[in-house]
Amino acid sequence: MKSLFLKEINAFFGSLLGYLVLALFLVAIGMIVWVFPESSVLEYGFADLEALFTYTPYVFVFLIPALSMRAIADERKTGTWELLRTSPLSLVQIVLAKYLALLCLVLVAILPTLLYFYSIMQLGEPVGNLDQAGFFGSWIGLIMIGAAFAAVGLFASSLTSQQVVAFVLGVFLCFVLYFGFSALAEMQLGNLSYWAADLSLSFHYINLSRGVIDSVDLFFLIGMIWLFLGGAVLVLRNK
Amino acid sequence: MSLEVSQLTKLYGTQKALDEVSFSASPGRILGFLGPNGAGKSTTMKIITGFLSTDSGDVKVMGKDAVNSPKEVSPLIGYLPEHNPLYLDMYVREFLEFSGGVYGLYGAALASRTKEMLNRTGLEPEQHKKIGQLSKGYRQRVGLARALIHDPQVIILDEPTTGLDPNQLVEIRSLIQEVAKNKTLILSTHIMQEVEAICHDVVIINKGKILASDSLSNLKSNSDETILILETEEELDLEWFANVGKIDFGTKGRVELLISTTDPALARKAIIQILHERSLNLVSLNQSKKNLELIFREITNA
Repeated sequence: MKSLFLKEINAFFGSLLGYLVLALFLVAIGMIVWVFPESSVLEYGFADLEALFTYTPYVFVFLIPALSMRAIADERKTGTWELLRTSPLSLVQIVLAKYLALLCLVLVAILPTLLYFYSIMQLGEPVGNLDQAGFFGSWIGLIMIGAAFAAVGLFASSLTSQQVVAFVLGVFLCFVLYFGFSALAEMQLGNLSYWAADLSLSFHYINLSRGVIDSVDLFFLIGMIWLFLGGAVLVLRNK
Repeated sequence: MSLEVSQLTKLYGTQKALDEVSFSASPGRILGFLGPNGAGKSTTMKIITGFLSTDSGDVKVMGKDAVNSPKEVSPLIGYLPEHNPLYLDMYVREFLEFSGGVYGLYGAALASRTKEMLNRTGLEPEQHKKIGQLSKGYRQRVGLARALIHDPQVIILDEPTTGLDPNQLVEIRSLIQEVAKNKTLILSTHIMQEVEAICHDVVIINKGKILASDSLSNLKSNSDETILILETEEELDLEWFANVGKIDFGTKGRVELLISTTDPALARKAIIQILHERSLNLVSLNQSKKNLELIFREITNA
């Protein structure tokens, strides 16, 4: 399993794709947080990284399915899937190795944003005047959202052997889970609204970003990850 | 017997892809799995390796049940799938080390196995190239090296020589013969000459059914018929020769006939007579013992 994990990581960094996606992410987020006047922290005037945490999920909705689309779809298309499936690795090990590699990549993408934290600390008046609990709550929330999207993307990739289809499906599923349910919740549908909000990833993400790391929110996100990874295993087992 | 396949049946919808396929293979002998395209060769191999499930039947590899516990059996099998799928953007050496790792090799054992495989398959000069840069023959070597990296007892090669040029063909064949020593090796092909060149045993399959399963020498000597190959300048009609023996058009189409008979002397006389009566221009008339190609055609057309 370790070999497969390392192979996946190498595939990201051995090809242009990994760097391209990481660079794109950091540039996009950097622009949003520091440059665009509507969202720039510098224009806003408060020592606060709200912009980072509000807009990153938007970028993730596209970025993570782009990273995950080839994970399984491409193996199936080129036939190397047969090599993996006839090896001693079980399906669960294969899916898990691929998922962990994706997760590492998401972490590598998010890690540099700690520099933003440092910069804002320094910019605060007085220095260090920043809602640290809020920041780290949001930051952990962001990692969890990335992790959940990665599971969704991997699931999408297991459904088809066409990378593009996997990408579109992944974006769609991430979008529905993050924005769709919360939009539904806002439609004032009584009890249904309540459930829709509960199912929405953004609801749990916002809870975390208040700086209170509630086990319910964490369990929900972890459950979501297990659900989609399990779904991928089931789909692949029946193929 | 290190590989035993018994009563294997596989359905695709209502169509029987395999119909009670049974055969066995033993160490030190190369078994040629012969059949036209779509006969069920790949399906059988995919079931042995655990990639496909079976509807009924048993596969035993070194005495272990491959149908119900494929993960126990997979370390015993070295498998080269059809079309030889590889990670084209990996380096040769990197790919072999990855494959060894998947089979649980690590550290010094992995390094020495990788080195040995590079050496045996003649890939040493290419080890730092990307697989995508290699020619088809070299890719085939990489696929073979991967299949053998964990030193399996049973080697299964699905059409290992398709699409190679004549030189590569000879190289890969001799490589296969070399690795087959003391191992059980099955290779599928639709090229008869290949089976005649390197196999000891032959299994002929068509439309999911086993039609013949014997050693190559038995299969050839069982038939006491002789083949006469007649070529003329004019187009021929099967009916003219209906009384001479069993006839069929040859590879050159309507100007060549294959006539199988148990009494070649009599048949030759009759043929000359017919040529004379119809004033046909003879190009050649050859006589040969039955080769596998003819046996195969006879069996699969019956």
